[in-house]
Amino acid sequence: MTLTLQLFLIVSAALFCIGLLAALSRRHAIFILIGIEMMLAAANLNFIAFWRFSPEPRQPAGVMIAIFAIAIAAAEAAVGLALVISVYRHYRTTNVDQLDQLKG
Amino acid sequence: MTDSLDQIFVRGKQLLLSSMAHAPDWLVQIASSLINIFALLAVFLTLFALMSVLERKILGRIQNRYGPNRVGPFGLFQPIADGIKMLIKEDIVPARSDKIVHFLAPVLIAATAILALGIIPYGRGMTPFRIDGGILFFFAVGSTTELAVFMAGWGSNNKFSMLGAMRAIAQMISYELPLIITVLPVVMIAGSLAPDTIVAAQAGYVFGFVPRWFVFTPWGAAAFILFFVSGLVESNRTPFDVPEGESEIVAGHMTEYSGFKYATFFMAEYIGMFAITGLAATLFLGGWHAPIRILEFIPSYVWFFAKLNALLFVYVWLRGTLPRTRVDQIMNFAWKFMLPMAFTCIVAAAVWHYTGRGLRGWLWSLVVIAIVYTVLSTLLDTQKKFAPRTYRFAE
Amino acid sequence: MNGVAFIVIAILTLAAALAAATLQKLMHAALSFAVTFVGIAAFFFLLGAEFVGLVQVFVYIGAVAVLIVFTILLTRRDVEKDRGFNWSGVVVAIAVFGGLISAIFKTQSVSVAAPAIPALTVKRIGEVLMTNYVWPLQCVGLLLTAALIGALILVMEEKG
Repeated sequence: MTLTLQLFLIVSAALFCIGLLAALSRRHAIFILIGIEMMLAAANLNFIAFWRFSPEPRQPAGVMIAIFAIAIAAAEAAVGLALVISVYRHYRTTNVDQLDQLKG
Repeated sequence: MTDSLDQIFVRGKQLLLSSMAHAPDWLVQIASSLINIFALLAVFLTLFALMSVLERKILGRIQNRYGPNRVGPFGLFQPIADGIKMLIKEDIVPARSDKIVHFLAPVLIAATAILALGIIPYGRGMTPFRIDGGILFFFAVGSTTELAVFMAGWGSNNKFSMLGAMRAIAQMISYELPLIITVLPVVMIAGSLAPDTIVAAQAGYVFGFVPRWFVFTPWGAAAFILFFVSGLVESNRTPFDVPEGESEIVAGHMTEYSGFKYATFFMAEYIGMFAITGLAATLFLGGWHAPIRILEFIPSYVWFFAKLNALLFVYVWLRGTLPRTRVDQIMNFAWKFMLPMAFTCIVAAAVWHYTGRGLRGWLWSLVVIAIVYTVLSTLLDTQKKFAPRTYRFAE
Repeated sequence: MNGVAFIVIAILTLAAALAAATLQKLMHAALSFAVTFVGIAAFFFLLGAEFVGLVQVFVYIGAVAVLIVFTILLTRRDVEKDRGFNWSGVVVAIAVFGGLISAIFKTQSVSVAAPAIPALTVKRIGEVLMTNYVWPLQCVGLLLTAALIGALILVMEEKG
């Protein structure tokens, strides 16, 4: 079967929605972060797919954006996980349903 | 004649592939990859078996005793006995462990170790898989080992395993940085991430007799030493074998594994060692190039494996000679000394390149490295002045 | 590009992503998350962007997955499972998926086959990074430094 751009877009849309599912329906803070990471990865897949199917002469912009997005996603994951640890130290829970007060 | 001896394996593979020239293209590609994989596995599993007995014999000689010498001439059939022992042992899985994770961890560790072997050039035209970013592939696969170590530690449902796994991961992550940054000067000077290009950049001789290997430049020598030490740490070898320190935490993350799974961990550690020494030989010691022009008739793979075995001997020598370091000493060493020295190597390589690559460049980069080294060693001195030792009874 | 490889990688990735999103046991979900990223890296290789695929394996599986697993360990409280699953999230996810799929199928210009390309070498990426994209490179460096310092400050034990 010839691989068209549509197939890759469908896969990345599915991955994005699964990430959205994880971010919306999980109660553990870390899994919401996992969902966000999956959404970022799906967007990266989209960028690379569009780069691959673009006409000649091809600019490397898609690959560059993906590389920077990976770096930024890693930084954001690190800070997010540090936040989860520090929230856990304070409230002894990671269930986001119980983190509903602004009072420290 | 020497050229045909050098290319004997390449010609053999082409002969095998030409016997199926009528097959479709993808089948020939798969067959070619399979031949590469089988050759690689055959060579390195044999080397692993030999190494396991040679290491014990060399350690024995360092400790003034014979190593294993019962099972065959000079004990060289010991791996067969070891293999049979490992295979017939009962495979004990803890009852409350996580069965899937516990099973997958040794598989994943062995898989990543063997994957890392695929991009190293073993001889002239004998690289199993040519990837444009070969060095990056090596490190990407090596960083997956940490996750597998964690799986081993956590899947055993044992506090010793968990503690050992966390110590192992902390050590491996800390030394991944110096490992990669010391490779950067080589990549910078050679201009490519492909190991073949890096080996080709070390061809030829300076002044007609000194080979152009990167280890003979000041930044290359410093980077080689740093890479070698980081490789020691990454493979969890003494003096850095805190994760598997037998006197401390039994066997660390490998505590709950018996029989063949333990043999898999053992094999993965040794193959990781082969991969790191192979990469060190490729990046710094000129890969498969001969050291003197006269000896160039010896085939390229013989030179590569000679260098590999020399480095492995130094590994075993260090294991027999040095005691184990403490965990905090290891961490301090990585972050406070090795990382700044690794960055200095990059600067020194740039200085070497831009002051001309001759004697002037050599001296200037040596000055850069010497200054940073002196500054670091005086700053990191522990300031404890010890009194001269007095003995109570040994006068 | 191979159709069989695409189907296999797609099934692997989506199955692992579903497992990561829905499994109750924390560790299994975190490990399936790592498998998802292996699948995505395989997609990058299939699409000819090998450098990005290798960086993906290196950063996500070697670093982010290990971070997540460590954080799960440190915030455990002897609870192995994540109890509670909000079903309204499934509805929203399916609705978004439906919207995206209809948008994809309505666009005619995305039904093209892949043109043949010269491979994007690491050398070219390096050149582009140092000439056209040098400002983003420096900004990402600053951002990573800020994230490093910030994460350290967040998890340092408060004295007293």
